Amino acid sequence: MIRVLVQTGDFDAGAELATLNRDDCGGVASFTGIVRSDGGLTALTLEHYPAMTEKALRALADEAVARWPLVAATIIHRVGRLVPGDQIVFVGTASAHRAAALESCAYLIDRLKTDAPFWKKEEREAGDQWVAAKTSDDQAAARWQ
Amino acid sequence: MPVQLLYFASVREAMGRDSETRDLPTDIITVGDLADWIEAEGNPIFADRTKLRAAIDQTMAGFDTPIAGAREIAFFPPVTGG
Repeated sequence: MIRVLVQTGDFDAGAELATLNRDDCGGVASFTGIVRSDGGLTALTLEHYPAMTEKALRALADEAVARWPLVAATIIHRVGRLVPGDQIVFVGTASAHRAAALESCAYLIDRLKTDAPFWKKEEREAGDQWVAAKTSDDQAAARWQ
Repeated sequence: MPVQLLYFASVREAMGRDSETRDLPTDIITVGDLADWIEAEGNPIFADRTKLRAAIDQTMAGFDTPIAGAREIAFFPPVTGG
């Protein structure tokens, strides 16, 4: 079961984990991304490409399901303005065995960072600035090829 | 054939608009040709291809991808979600 949500509102990571916890899966892995307050960041605004975002996330989830024996996968990504401490992204995977759950969870968050159409703009006292893509993110995604 | 062009994030800000419908010259074959054409109209943000990405009909596309049949072509900087 694939569940993909793109939303401005917050999500309940505990409730999402409970949904993934089914009697036919032996393990659930998850990642929750939080807005970090480093370097005087006061807020982040996430822009996205509405017609493409869900399609891109669903394609990644489909790839994960094709690659690992998953019972379920959930991807939730928030858009709009967020402040430090806010949850920004949730990835959860459920499988019969831990390796598939853990690996597919890492795969989804790594690929999401390079393949899903989101852009972050940072608000700081010195002014607003678009976040530059990181080479380390490209490398993290490339290790799954 | 009119094509809907979309711009996001820093590309949107540099273009001063988020979308437009354009009739493209017939000698524009690939995404790269289209980026060259937009750059030549006075949009230097299209010059550095390492900082530009594209999608055709909501699917990521490289600069050598043909645009024939495309209805919607989007340009944006490398993505930074997650």
